[in-house]
Amino acid sequence: MATTPDINIERDQGNFHYDTTYEYDAGVGLNDQTIDYISKVKEEDEWVHDFRRKALKIFRDKPTPTHWASKDLENIHYDKIRYYLSKGQRPSRTWDEVPEEVKNTFERLGIPEKERAYLAGVEAQFDSEASYSNMKEELAKQGVIFVGSTEGLMKYPEIFRKWFGKVIPIGDNKFSALNSAVFSGGSFIYVPPGVKVKQPLQAYFRINAENFGQFERTLIIADEGAEVTYMEGCTAPKFETTTLHSAVVELVALKGAKIQYITVQNWSANVFNLVTKRGLAMEDAEVKWIDCNIGSRLTMKYPGVVMRGEGARGEVLSIALAHDGQHQDTGAKMVHAADKTASNIISKSISIGQGRSTYRGIVAMPKHLKGCKNNTECDALLINTNSRTDTYPAITVRGEQNTVQHEASVSKVSAEQIFYMMQRGLSEEQAMSLSVNGFVNDLIREFPMEYSVELKRLIDLEMEGSVG
Amino acid sequence: MNTLEIKNLNVTIDGQRILKDFSLTLPKGEVHALMGPNGTGKSTLAKALSGHEDYEIESGEALLDGEDIIGMEPDEIARAGLFMAFQYPSEIPGVTIANFIRAALTARLNEGETFRAPDFYKELYARMDELKIDRKFTSRFVNEGFSGGEKKRCEILQMAMLKPRYAIMDETDSGLDIDALKIVAEGVNKMRGPDLGILIITHYQRLLNYIVPDKVHVMADGAIVRSGGPELALELEEKGYESVTAEPAGASS
Repeated sequence: MATTPDINIERDQGNFHYDTTYEYDAGVGLNDQTIDYISKVKEEDEWVHDFRRKALKIFRDKPTPTHWASKDLENIHYDKIRYYLSKGQRPSRTWDEVPEEVKNTFERLGIPEKERAYLAGVEAQFDSEASYSNMKEELAKQGVIFVGSTEGLMKYPEIFRKWFGKVIPIGDNKFSALNSAVFSGGSFIYVPPGVKVKQPLQAYFRINAENFGQFERTLIIADEGAEVTYMEGCTAPKFETTTLHSAVVELVALKGAKIQYITVQNWSANVFNLVTKRGLAMEDAEVKWIDCNIGSRLTMKYPGVVMRGEGARGEVLSIALAHDGQHQDTGAKMVHAADKTASNIISKSISIGQGRSTYRGIVAMPKHLKGCKNNTECDALLINTNSRTDTYPAITVRGEQNTVQHEASVSKVSAEQIFYMMQRGLSEEQAMSLSVNGFVNDLIREFPMEYSVELKRLIDLEMEGSVG
Repeated sequence: MNTLEIKNLNVTIDGQRILKDFSLTLPKGEVHALMGPNGTGKSTLAKALSGHEDYEIESGEALLDGEDIIGMEPDEIARAGLFMAFQYPSEIPGVTIANFIRAALTARLNEGETFRAPDFYKELYARMDELKIDRKFTSRFVNEGFSGGEKKRCEILQMAMLKPRYAIMDETDSGLDIDALKIVAEGVNKMRGPDLGILIITHYQRLLNYIVPDKVHVMADGAIVRSGGPELALELEEKGYESVTAEPAGASS
């Protein structure tokens, strides 16, 4: 396994690439054989293989949603993408066993260091499969399962099959169908009743190959009264060609359980990031999405919560930062399906230069329900006159025993504001960075410490290149 | 060397010349007042010296302790030691006063220096007490929802914390009631000393009752037409700008 370290660092942390060889490669393009290959190398049960076949058919039949979404979707060339690349299906339990260039990659991204500092477990995915997966022993003793999707389906079908593809059906949208056909990697987590995992579990998704599609699949089940926080990060080198990332994430919070799912999306600007995320919250359960989109060429992501049990709560706190050439099309879906359910959406977007931000929201409260509440706040910050921001809230509230609040604002960082700050000695970049931090400050305060520090650092990095 | 020396400054905005061969020397340790009716170019001087991009400097020099600041970026000018107290300070939503001043101080640190938070807060609170600013203010967002008086006091607080070599106070007295005016004046008087030169831009004599200037300059049509001692301000108050500027320059000194 000869490796040629081909390191070419730019200012963005994830923009480096190691040449690597893959033992498993499904080739270029998507057809029935692609799926057969993936299923075969993963030694999947027939039901999983059938699931993939059914999904491929739905993917082919569904039109690209350009009637409401960006026309840029037409620039994804499915026949030029590689759908499965791996060095093996079994992740190592120690970093020492991880192949050299993969280990180097994650070390440069600081993953082993964070693991030692404050994480309860880590899964590190390199292209299609997890290269490393480990969890603190005490959690295993408590019955917590934290494995990759391949291992999850193979070893624990009785736990995962029940919910797999149920929160997000195959045909939910074109990209959930695509993921269902070719999924690989992602995390499967089960937290037994009453177990509260105090430190976060972390997954890190790394795209290393060019012309590649990453399709991880994550399913998290928090049994009654259980609590878990999951953090995911992601990066890719900046290639000339486009890369596709299309994940499906399903969360199930059973009675009284709490799941907090945190994303720091920092893909390079050639990545199409088309992700479907939804959680199911049963009686008195809580699902909270903290979603920050800083990278990618086009992101389409609307994390949702279906509040199916009485007293369930759903929350989406999101920050999107769109630079030149980027479109962050994000939002939230809140489906109230039981009495006394409460949802909260706070969305903040920052558009810089030619960057574009779109918010799409759905809040549904049917007529027969009582005592439901939703609060939605959408704030957009524009940094220079070319930026564009759109808001499409769709709030369907019927009946008179429910309450909804919606607030939206658009503000600008004015030239006078920047001048004022510069007159105090801040550089233009520092001034913009401080304005952006001020704009997201009240939201970031709701985030866990380690995460807000990381996010502030990323915002500073982003602002460094934004002064023209 | 120990002066802010402005020589033959010509400044236009949108093609219109506002400052015409403007010259003024402000020695460190002195307080000068620049007076004159609206539209004579007083605020233009403040903005142009601070490096505002809307103001085109066609010719002239501004030597801050010998270093020409013309053509430098606003932040470079600020770090070189020029502070401007704004007539209309901007709001910075979400950024607390403490964090803002801290960021401004951090931007001034040299390589290898570290910011010392305990010292910072100790000094911040001491300055706030002097300016009769409630401590709760540290966690309020810069200028957001401030009254006119609060904004001006916040400017003086920043000036005290950033310790400039020269400060231009652009109509700091506008929008202040008499109590706020006294507090601001007291704050400025405390800062007076051999290491700071202050240029007070104002329409009215009022502020100069509390901050007694070493010199008074009267401006008309883009240049200084008369200079004198504090008594010139009183004369202006009595006779009005028209009659004072009609007299030949230097007649009263």
